Amino acid sequence: MLAKRIIPCLDVKDGRVVKGINFLNLVDAGDPVEVASIYSRENADELVFLDITASVEKRSTILDVVKKTAEQVFIPLTVGGGIRSIEDIRLLLKSGADKVSLNTAAIENKNLIRKASEQFGSQCIVVAIDAKRKTQNLEWEVYTYGGRKSVGLDVIEWAEEVMELGAGEILLTSMDADGTKDGYDIALTRAVSETVNISVIASGGAGAPEHLCRVLTDGKADAVLAASIFHYGEYSIKETKKYLKERGIAVRI
Amino acid sequence: MIAVIDYGLGNLRSVSKAVEKLGVEVDVTDSPERIEKANGIILPGVGAFHVGMQNLKRLNLLSVLHETISKGTPFLGICLGFQILFSQSEEHGICNGMDIINGKVKRFTHDLKIPHMGWNQVKFKTQNSKSKIFNEVSDNSYFYFVHSYYAEPEDQNVIIAKTEYGHEFTSAINKGNVWGVQFHPEKSGDIGLNVLRSFLSLC
Repeated sequence: MLAKRIIPCLDVKDGRVVKGINFLNLVDAGDPVEVASIYSRENADELVFLDITASVEKRSTILDVVKKTAEQVFIPLTVGGGIRSIEDIRLLLKSGADKVSLNTAAIENKNLIRKASEQFGSQCIVVAIDAKRKTQNLEWEVYTYGGRKSVGLDVIEWAEEVMELGAGEILLTSMDADGTKDGYDIALTRAVSETVNISVIASGGAGAPEHLCRVLTDGKADAVLAASIFHYGEYSIKETKKYLKERGIAVRI
Repeated sequence: MIAVIDYGLGNLRSVSKAVEKLGVEVDVTDSPERIEKANGIILPGVGAFHVGMQNLKRLNLLSVLHETISKGTPFLGICLGFQILFSQSEEHGICNGMDIINGKVKRFTHDLKIPHMGWNQVKFKTQNSKSKIFNEVSDNSYFYFVHSYYAEPEDQNVIIAKTEYGHEFTSAINKGNVWGVQFHPEKSGDIGLNVLRSFLSLC
């Protein structure tokens, strides 16, 4: 049976992991390769590096990080953040990334999704959608620039469109739930997952294993992204998977 | 030396890095001379079947691949490199493959999410069928898959293992010195490296 995936996300700035990971006796908690290796050993199913490097001059540091990681870690690696062109994608894949995650650039230039999926295959094109609830009704709007700007798109319609443009997966973040640790937005995840026939990775709001359980069952997510729940050692990936397995969810132990 | 065939389709770096990690010399190449001299051949690949076949033809690699396979060089096809071993694919119309394995490559037609992406279980047909490259792998182990098409061999005897996605499909085959796996051993963590190590030990 196809397993539900647990995907830790690391924020990488200027080639270093930020939001220190303060457990597991790391020699260097800022070294992306070391952190990635440890998560891989813990049975993480994939890894995401979110590049938050601000300065243009340092943009290429991520390529070096990806190269070094791909020499040591043999599970799928997705890189997101600041990807704007086919050339950016080509360089990341060539360095050893398995997938790239497009966000703002995909909205501003829809053709990028189509071109990238035609050239490199849908399987390596993830489109990240940042969603914010409009009202109390079950409607969500797409935001860009890290959730600062509304672009006047309906999340469900945009999800369908990115699938038609050739995206292989959707990384769906609830801006309302993100950072709350109160759980994922179940209604949002379910609405998107029932609309598209590509994988949906739920993101935003994980604070405990039961949150992952709910979004994978009620929310119908195919995978979950989580950051702080794992980074600060509150729960290990192994414990979390054991918890999910005991509740009848197919996971790779 | 192991030749990883460079035919212009993705994930070469992951495969070659995995082989290097296992301490074996690797040559990522499109040179027929280099391929002929190799102790083992890996045909990786992510992408479209017809593009893969076109590229192999354009680079004049089909005959050297057929020759090295017939002279007994161990050969491993991964994902698209596995599907290309078959007679034909129905991806983008009908496209002929290398025809090393009789059978067809078909699209998943059921109402499931496509691509079939993620970790899924590999079930061996029988313990004996596990064959050399899966010696140390237990039944129902998880491997990483990414594909929208699956291969259907005519001869059931070549099937080593199957995997369930909507229905059962063939996830590993062996015929003589030729192995093929639908999943990505180079992306399947330690267990994937284990399969690669077992293949390399035959080379």
